[in-house]
Amino acid sequence: MVENAPVLIPVIYLAACLLIGLTRLRYRWLAYPMALAANVLASATALGILYHVTRYGSFNYYFGGWIPPIGIEYVIDPLSAFVLTVINIVAGLVLYHSLNVNRLELGRKVVPYYSVAMLLMLGLNGIVLTGDFFNLFVFLEISSLASYGLIAVGERGSAFAAFRYLILGTVGASFYLLGLGFLHLNTGSLNMADLAAIIPNLEFGKDPAIVIALVMMTVGICIKMAIFPLHGWLPDAYTLAPSTSSALIAPIGTKVASYILIRTLFFVYGVDLVSEGIPVTTILGWLSAIGIIYGSILAIAQSELKRMLAYSSIAQIGYIGLGISMANPLGFIGAVLHVLNHAFMKACLFLVAANLRTQMGHSDISRFDDSYRVKMPWTMAAFTTAAISMVGLPPLAGFFSKWYLALATIENSQWVFLAVILISSLLNAVYFFRVIEKVYMKSPSGVADGAGAGNDPAQFGSGEPTSSMVIPVLVFAAALLLIGIFNALIVTTLIQPMMPPGM
Amino acid sequence: MNDLTYVSHIPLFVVLVSMAAVPLILASSRKPNLRETWTLLAAGTKFLLVFSLLPGALEGRSAVLHLLEISPGVDLALKADPFGVFFALISSSLWIFTSFYSIGYVRGNNEHKQTRYFASFAMCLSATMGIAFSANLLTFIVFYEMLTISTYPLVIHKETPESISGGRQYLLYTLTAGLFLIAAAAWTYQLTGTMDFKAGGLFAGTSFPGSTMTVLFFLFLAGVGVKAAIMPLHSWLPTAMVAPTPVSALLHAVAVVKSGVFGVIRVVGFVFGPEVMAAYGLNIILAIFAGTTILVASLIAFRQDNLKRRLAYSTIGHLSYIVLGAALLSPSGFTGGMLHIATHATMKITLFFCAGAIYVNLHRENISQLNGIGKIMPWTMGAFAIGSLGLAGVPPVNGFVSKWFLALGALEADHLVVLGIYVLSGLLNAGYFFPIVHRAFFREGEHLEGHGEASTLMVVPLVITAMLSVLIGVRPDLFFHFYELASLIAQSLTGGLL
Repeated sequence: MVENAPVLIPVIYLAACLLIGLTRLRYRWLAYPMALAANVLASATALGILYHVTRYGSFNYYFGGWIPPIGIEYVIDPLSAFVLTVINIVAGLVLYHSLNVNRLELGRKVVPYYSVAMLLMLGLNGIVLTGDFFNLFVFLEISSLASYGLIAVGERGSAFAAFRYLILGTVGASFYLLGLGFLHLNTGSLNMADLAAIIPNLEFGKDPAIVIALVMMTVGICIKMAIFPLHGWLPDAYTLAPSTSSALIAPIGTKVASYILIRTLFFVYGVDLVSEGIPVTTILGWLSAIGIIYGSILAIAQSELKRMLAYSSIAQIGYIGLGISMANPLGFIGAVLHVLNHAFMKACLFLVAANLRTQMGHSDISRFDDSYRVKMPWTMAAFTTAAISMVGLPPLAGFFSKWYLALATIENSQWVFLAVILISSLLNAVYFFRVIEKVYMKSPSGVADGAGAGNDPAQFGSGEPTSSMVIPVLVFAAALLLIGIFNALIVTTLIQPMMPPGM
Repeated sequence: MNDLTYVSHIPLFVVLVSMAAVPLILASSRKPNLRETWTLLAAGTKFLLVFSLLPGALEGRSAVLHLLEISPGVDLALKADPFGVFFALISSSLWIFTSFYSIGYVRGNNEHKQTRYFASFAMCLSATMGIAFSANLLTFIVFYEMLTISTYPLVIHKETPESISGGRQYLLYTLTAGLFLIAAAAWTYQLTGTMDFKAGGLFAGTSFPGSTMTVLFFLFLAGVGVKAAIMPLHSWLPTAMVAPTPVSALLHAVAVVKSGVFGVIRVVGFVFGPEVMAAYGLNIILAIFAGTTILVASLIAFRQDNLKRRLAYSTIGHLSYIVLGAALLSPSGFTGGMLHIATHATMKITLFFCAGAIYVNLHRENISQLNGIGKIMPWTMGAFAIGSLGLAGVPPVNGFVSKWFLALGALEADHLVVLGIYVLSGLLNAGYFFPIVHRAFFREGEHLEGHGEASTLMVVPLVITAMLSVLIGVRPDLFFHFYELASLIAQSLTGGLL
């Protein structure tokens, strides 16, 4: 049963994608429950796979029984099982949240929207599952095309943002494909495990094509990942997309790209090669560090919540890049843990933005005041939790990824990077406390803040959206606390087994 | 001290008691009396639990509890060693008085958002206990940051532009400090492979390049020095005086700033250890900072007309008494420093209570407006006089006792300059406190007709803390065995140096 499970996930999403399209004919209301059901099935499968891998180790699925490198294989190791679980669960909560906000923002486009969302999930899951570089490219294109669609149905200007993303995304994919071509020419293989065995035997003096392949693939992936300075598509796309798209793409889209980067650098090319042979990680490290500071500073300058979160995403992706660039176990732990943490934090924050847009009609920080907290106490409590986690205060999750990253930078004696991590925490504090301050303290304009105004229980709860929108936000917030407290468990049982060879 | 330990859940309960009270306080926001009952209940329970740890601590035993692994190889662990119990006793006992006083203050002043106020206060105390009982640096950091965050709502309580900017400054300083501490802890962990506090220092017996140790020490100093208000990291403290007075009293005279000096002693005695400190000359660095702070803060205090700001600068000076005592690395220096944590706490909380009582009663904040108020508020100003005497180091108030040991410590370590600083600062203290007492009792005031003492809920606590100051001054071992505990810890720290 379990050996066939990997292929189930893409099949479920593909089936859902097609069936949801059919509901347009008559039972439009079925789109939401079907999408949700598909995700629940996929999440359950992913959890089962994660359990199996943790318990019994990695396994493969050969398509059509063809043995690689002839055939295509799905490879389930601790890393892919972990990322698989994270993206499906995050997507599940976001989809659960999406019903009302989609009705409001998309109207009659809801049915195709869910259909495309399933396509996105199909692509992302495929990327994580596959053990073949070309197959990965196909899934990358599927997920990219789906995300262009999901972004383009947003508010005014979103079509332009999606077009920009499309251009850059295609450039990225082309880079990746070109690199792959070079790789194939020189090795004759596209299978990751096969390549990992071939590449160490090549001499780089004689085969500069391998280096070019590595550089091109890395650049391509970094565009998808939005590593500075290849992030240009991200702010507009995240800001102008419909709320659900932002909450779906921001937490998991770039994480899957990070997964590809980890896979390519550490599992195919090998730790020694990328950190010593070719200075890929050095360059990645500096770009990530600049990206962290750049994203954080620009986030401070934003007055729109979603745009602020978008810039914050650029900074947070930098953390993952920085962890990868350390090329040591602690950096790896930090990067992978941050994939999990940031997925949860950003999903939580974007859903809060969605709640605000649904209930208040905007998410403009300058208009926030005390009444928001009074009307939406739970949403705001979740926001505060996620914000504190983003700032990196213990015992919330965000602290621990930074902790491992800090340990990693010290181990490599990279003092500049340590300073970057610490300074960016402070910058995070600036832009999040700016919001928190408004929400908890700024009196609504024109209304004097009388004694005990905040204590009037009659006002509580009147402005919260429906429970299906509040519960996911609270689940994310609570999960941040749990992940933080039990991070050692996650690190030892899930992350340490996925350590790449030679690290 | 033999490193005797026993497993006990009491430290955990101590931390959790007030945390558990938070949801109860929030849930009963509509019933103020029930809400305050929770606070008082938590305060009382917490104190009794801490007190039950005292006998063990006096025998030099530590209650230990490993909760869970929080980072591979590092546990979230509590360890109620004598020093932790010492600090927890002071904070938890004074919380009881502050709770009564707070009730009087917020009701007398008709403050807004009282529920948030009491909830944050309870949270702060949990964090403080966590700091006291942290067994390693990572646990310490967890609670240290928790304290930062839970104090923030109290600093900005009034929500005026002034308090919001004060809150920003507070966060800027304390969060930055937290980051330095994280960096320092991470580096320590990389160097030594452990983060457990150990009497005598976890660095004891190691040798690293002097530059590494110096930079690491500065990182630690920046980390804990902000809350300890060592100059030039002090300026958040006077600004944070915009908070309601009970907050200033407990947090900015006892819990938060004392967490800072507690951290300094932890770093000096339990991370670096006296030997390592002396070997790398780190104690000299610390002493220079602390000595300068004492003198400069005392001089600045002269110029403050706002009573709370003058108290704030006095606090900055007295915190550095403790830091300087630790920097001496001598047994009496440690004893005196630790005793001063306790004695300064009782005295300064008295003075802040007095300032709050004056504010609620007369809405006066400036010293120049205090003429003649001793006649209408004799109890309050009497307590104020006792506190002032104590801070100037006049016997029989307890400030004398701690100062005596600090002076002895300076002699033991053969640092006459330090002795000079203590003496001079005592004079300066007298210089900026006695005029207030003089004004209150011997000058004619205006517009005082029809005013009496503040409410009983406020006057009784401040009279008790003043009396406590005197009693501990006469018998340092009364009730809490402060002296016995302090000398026990000092011995364990300097064992190698005696």
